[in-house]
Amino acid sequence: MTVRFLSAGDRALVVEFGDRVDRALSDDVLRLDAILRSSALPGVVETVPTFRSLMVHYDLLATSRADLEFGITGLLDHQSDTRRAATLWRVPVCYEGEFAPDLTEVAQLTGVTPGEVVGLHSAVRYHVYMLGFLPGFPYLGDLPPRLALPRRADPRVRVPAGSVSIATTLTAIYPYESPGGWHLIGATPIRLFDPSRSRPALLAPGDMVQFEPINPAGFAAIKEAIDSGDYQVTSEPIVG
Amino acid sequence: MSAGLKVLTPGLHTTVQDLGRPGYQAIGVPVSGALDSESLRLANALVGNAPGMAALEVLISGPSFEVVAETVRVAIAGAGASLVIDVEKARVEAGQSVTLPRGETVEIVVGRRSACCYLAVEGGIAVPPVLGSASTYTRAALGGLDGRILRHGDVVPLAVARASERAELRRSLPMQATTDQAVRVVLGPQQEFFTKQAVATLLDAEFRISQSADRMGMRLDGPLLHHRAGWDIVSDAIVTGAIQVPGSGQPILLLADHQTTGGYPKIATVVSADLPVVGRRRPGDALRFTAVTVEAAEELCRIEERRLAELVASLEPTTWRPGIDLGSLYDGNLISGVVSGFD
Repeated sequence: MTVRFLSAGDRALVVEFGDRVDRALSDDVLRLDAILRSSALPGVVETVPTFRSLMVHYDLLATSRADLEFGITGLLDHQSDTRRAATLWRVPVCYEGEFAPDLTEVAQLTGVTPGEVVGLHSAVRYHVYMLGFLPGFPYLGDLPPRLALPRRADPRVRVPAGSVSIATTLTAIYPYESPGGWHLIGATPIRLFDPSRSRPALLAPGDMVQFEPINPAGFAAIKEAIDSGDYQVTSEPIVG
Repeated sequence: MSAGLKVLTPGLHTTVQDLGRPGYQAIGVPVSGALDSESLRLANALVGNAPGMAALEVLISGPSFEVVAETVRVAIAGAGASLVIDVEKARVEAGQSVTLPRGETVEIVVGRRSACCYLAVEGGIAVPPVLGSASTYTRAALGGLDGRILRHGDVVPLAVARASERAELRRSLPMQATTDQAVRVVLGPQQEFFTKQAVATLLDAEFRISQSADRMGMRLDGPLLHHRAGWDIVSDAIVTGAIQVPGSGQPILLLADHQTTGGYPKIATVVSADLPVVGRRRPGDALRFTAVTVEAAEELCRIEERRLAELVASLEPTTWRPGIDLGSLYDGNLISGVVSGFD
């Protein structure tokens, strides 16, 4: 496997597999991540998988870039079947009214009806490429090509927490209120990040997500159940 | 009533910070932690704490407190910073511990030589760790006091209600020089996205830290750094100290609270030995950069670690007690807060 090793200063090494958003690249990145997490390579502090690269943070008092590159190269050549246990999450989304401020515009821009946007968006099982931007913020793909749009020309200063959004070939969920430039086509009541949970981020790179349409009454009911502590997002293990 | 420091005035941006929250960047959680980790470690050593214990990070403008504990031992670290006790009755310079009685009021003065200073308290600050760290990350309300900056009326909870009976400690070696030294960088990881001229400009020109600077990063004013072709890369991971350049060509030096991933090319990355130096720089300060190899950067970091260990090992007991106007004694002494030979 051909990779490039790039220095990000003296405490991180980037293992770059390519320069695109691509499932095969992502699988390579996540495979190396799983191998590194299960191998006790000296000095590795943490790893951060992205669309196309794996960043390996290291303790330079315990190793060096040269030693680390040598160690990782050995792991790359070592054809391993190591895989992270993955989960399919069924995420409830309300695509209606105030929960979907950009749905009409997205329908106009893509030349389909709002109902078809919802149908297309909720028909696909998305791959969790990576988390970033904010704690628990997932980058999911790939969108049905019909829904691909550039980011909004005019980013919002305030995107509400729980917003389900699309841009380019990707879809994402905002765990916190924040600025944002993606198109908002729905909202979920579920909590994507909670540091008091044993697993703070609901989603992990390599997981799958399917969105399940709910109405505003369903949204309110799930929100109430979450607030009283008796709601679990429906999930099932992914085999293979 | 439990022991604490009652906030009389909060200062501009005062937060609880330790050495950060590594281990969760894969789920989008920044490392956070002290901008100037060297001063945090020194402040902790001065009060007898482990180096990574949580302390208060004070940015630009300092808070004031009232002691709500039987006694509390505190120390400030940060170039040019000081502690003013009970409205100018005494001034304690950075690099010296002091024990304060109940009801005493203290004000932290950051001074003009550093953007930040640290107030460490013997026994530490008693906030519950979040994901293994007390560091405050305000964007997601993690750590510290409810994940936010200090406010008027807060009580910063202390782990111990009474200072131990022992001599105060003070620093006897100088701190790392911070003035006018070029900040060392390793080029990349995406220097190939820039013109040769842009890389040369980064290393030749003088930049100035703009007013747009916070714990996430600092925008640098100066010549623009032009991209060779595009500037919109497929997102990858970011490390603290990365210098990313968006389409405008104006570089942004990313600090402790930076996002874990991003879609702009990074032209260079500040070496870890110089991260505390950068953390101290104030808006308006000049910055120059010089390139070193990764191997040289690794060696610089080892040297820095040894130097800090020597600094901590050289702390010496002193019989000084508050009540004397040190401020007037040390006015004009800009090199090393507390002079030797004072005993």
